[in-house]
Amino acid sequence: MKKKVLSALLSVAMVATLLVGCGSSTEEAAAPAATEEAASTEEAAPAETEAAAEEEAAPAADGELITVGFAQVGHESDWRAACTQNYQDIFSAENGYELSFVDADNDNAAQIEAVRGFIQQELDYIIIAPIETAGWDTVLQEAQDAGIPVLIVDRSVDADPSLYEAHIGCDMVAEGEMAANWLAEYLNGEEAKILVIEGTVGASATLGRTEGFNNIAADHSEWEILDSQSGDFTQSGGQEVMESYIKSYSDFNVVVCQNDNEAYGAMDAMDAAGITYGVDGDVTIISFDATHDGLQYTLDGKISCNVECNPLQAVFADQVIKTLESGGTPDAETVVTDEAFVAPGITSALATTMTQEVLDGRAY
Amino acid sequence: MSKLKGLTKKQLFLPIFSMILVMLVNVVYDIACGNPPLSFFQIATQVTTSGDTILFGRLIDVLNRGSEVVILAIGMTLVVSASAGTDISVGSVMSLSGGLCCMLLAGYGVTNVDHYKVPLVVGILAGILLAIVCGIFNGFLVAYLNIQPMVATLILWSAGRAIGLLLCNSAIVYVRVPSFQFLGSYCGPIPTPILVAAVCVAITALILKFTAVGTFVQAVGINKKAARISGFNSSKIILICYAVCGLCAGIAGIVATSRIYSADTNNIGLNMELDAILAVALGGNSLGGGKFNLAGSIIGAYTIQAITTTLYALKVSSAQAPVYKAIVVILIVVIQAEPVKAYFKKLSAKKAAAKEAN
Repeated sequence: MKKKVLSALLSVAMVATLLVGCGSSTEEAAAPAATEEAASTEEAAPAETEAAAEEEAAPAADGELITVGFAQVGHESDWRAACTQNYQDIFSAENGYELSFVDADNDNAAQIEAVRGFIQQELDYIIIAPIETAGWDTVLQEAQDAGIPVLIVDRSVDADPSLYEAHIGCDMVAEGEMAANWLAEYLNGEEAKILVIEGTVGASATLGRTEGFNNIAADHSEWEILDSQSGDFTQSGGQEVMESYIKSYSDFNVVVCQNDNEAYGAMDAMDAAGITYGVDGDVTIISFDATHDGLQYTLDGKISCNVECNPLQAVFADQVIKTLESGGTPDAETVVTDEAFVAPGITSALATTMTQEVLDGRAY
Repeated sequence: MSKLKGLTKKQLFLPIFSMILVMLVNVVYDIACGNPPLSFFQIATQVTTSGDTILFGRLIDVLNRGSEVVILAIGMTLVVSASAGTDISVGSVMSLSGGLCCMLLAGYGVTNVDHYKVPLVVGILAGILLAIVCGIFNGFLVAYLNIQPMVATLILWSAGRAIGLLLCNSAIVYVRVPSFQFLGSYCGPIPTPILVAAVCVAITALILKFTAVGTFVQAVGINKKAARISGFNSSKIILICYAVCGLCAGIAGIVATSRIYSADTNNIGLNMELDAILAVALGGNSLGGGKFNLAGSIIGAYTIQAITTTLYALKVSSAQAPVYKAIVVILIVVIQAEPVKAYFKKLSAKKAAAKEAN
């Protein structure tokens, strides 16, 4: 008897959890429902297509919306928020799309379930911004069996490339190379004693940016990388590593921070040690990410060069889907174009010089 | 000679010995590199960009960066002693108190301000108060509901940081007001975190010395039932220990937040609970509860920071650093283990016997 009551309670609890889980995303849940409706009307009565088309706000050229499911990582940063907003703007009804958006809140299992949901809803396309690189084979196979093309965006997945149509993302190695190329242009043959504050050990951004920078540094015998330690992508990490660097090395003129937060910490540490930096200072700082705050420092002339990792990827996904729609084969790998920004007073062929207008015009 | 022997028998001998040993590695390294041998211990003055004079040196770095763990170690020592368990929520509570403080100072949903929305004192007190409430919650679960400490504190370990993220709207909240940075920067020439840690240690030490609180805590830790029969309110004492641990986490959280003048709820105090527990263990305290030595825990906390700073100074690559850290920790724990101590005692007794026989 007790067991029965217990199991009843348990199932009630489970249902409640499910409801709560759905409750937070009613907006998203509503979208696929509408999609299904549209799809079923279409199948049942082809004669009524005209009526159905009239109901749609602004149908695409061929009269029906392309349904797209987007499984986003979460909303952990301004960068991610800008990325999400960009997808919602590009994949709008005006552009002929019906977007089902799911925020997985950095939960890998939830994201895979969201993709399964998209497959069950028989959407036309699925876009995944994977949280983890591993563990995607099964669900990608399921999508392929259902005949739904999958696009991987942002981070990459560790699965057979034949299981998805295309990957769209930033090239971290190219970002590192861009930073080093800018430095070469800026120093113009002068000597450089470089200190690197790396990101989290093993993160793809850390590995890529380090590799890219070192690739170019290898061609410059006048450069010397004195040390490279991890600041964990955090401000306090960057500060602690920089404090230690200042004690170990009395002579350095370039500091490379692999994200903006580390650069803030490094600047605080240099302030405390009486070291001047920036355009007018002794030390040149290079940073990555180009967040709003980071670019403010670039505008102030403190961070000399800031290499962005572009979150505005939706336009590339849009192109891939258009190519697939017209029966073409898209590029398996699309690299989102990144840009570098330099402080006012520096002119560079490789980067944009910061102005207040550039900063105000940024989407994030 | 006999004086030296007396020294080695002191409880604090091994923790201090370990800390000095860690620092001596730097001396060896500096000699090998041709630097002045004592450069690790050198303290100089340095003029900052803004024209202030501050103390500068690796030893200052150890004292400065170790402050948060020292503050956490005070509370952790009491919790370990009274309840024979650890409070694994302190890192999350740090992040939570920092998050609430910055949220109040900046206003909800705002990520960057250069003026306070409420007075600074209100923000700091609210952050610390919330941390104390967290401590009381943990203490209630452990003392009155008899839930195992690790399980009870696991709740806030996972929820604390998440609530902090909610308070800050999942963003890093910057409070760019100079007075907010005071607790994390410099008070005259000395880094303020060192002073905060020193004040916390001094107050705790005075309370333990001049009241019977320390004895109460140890009595409860050694045998809860016996302590209750002897007239102590065991549950209340455990609850107070957890509340103090929460208070310490709150103070450490505010210091860590002030250092970076922002609430980075994802990263403040991350994994710091483990450092605090390790500090207690490195200080020669038993994690089984009962007798404790506060000074040992504090030395343990500084030892952990000394290891980190040493690894930076030795230019060990960040990917390998955890391995070296683990080796040093194993060595320190092993030389303090009872069987190892007994072995060395036996060895020296044999030597003495052989000497006498001669």
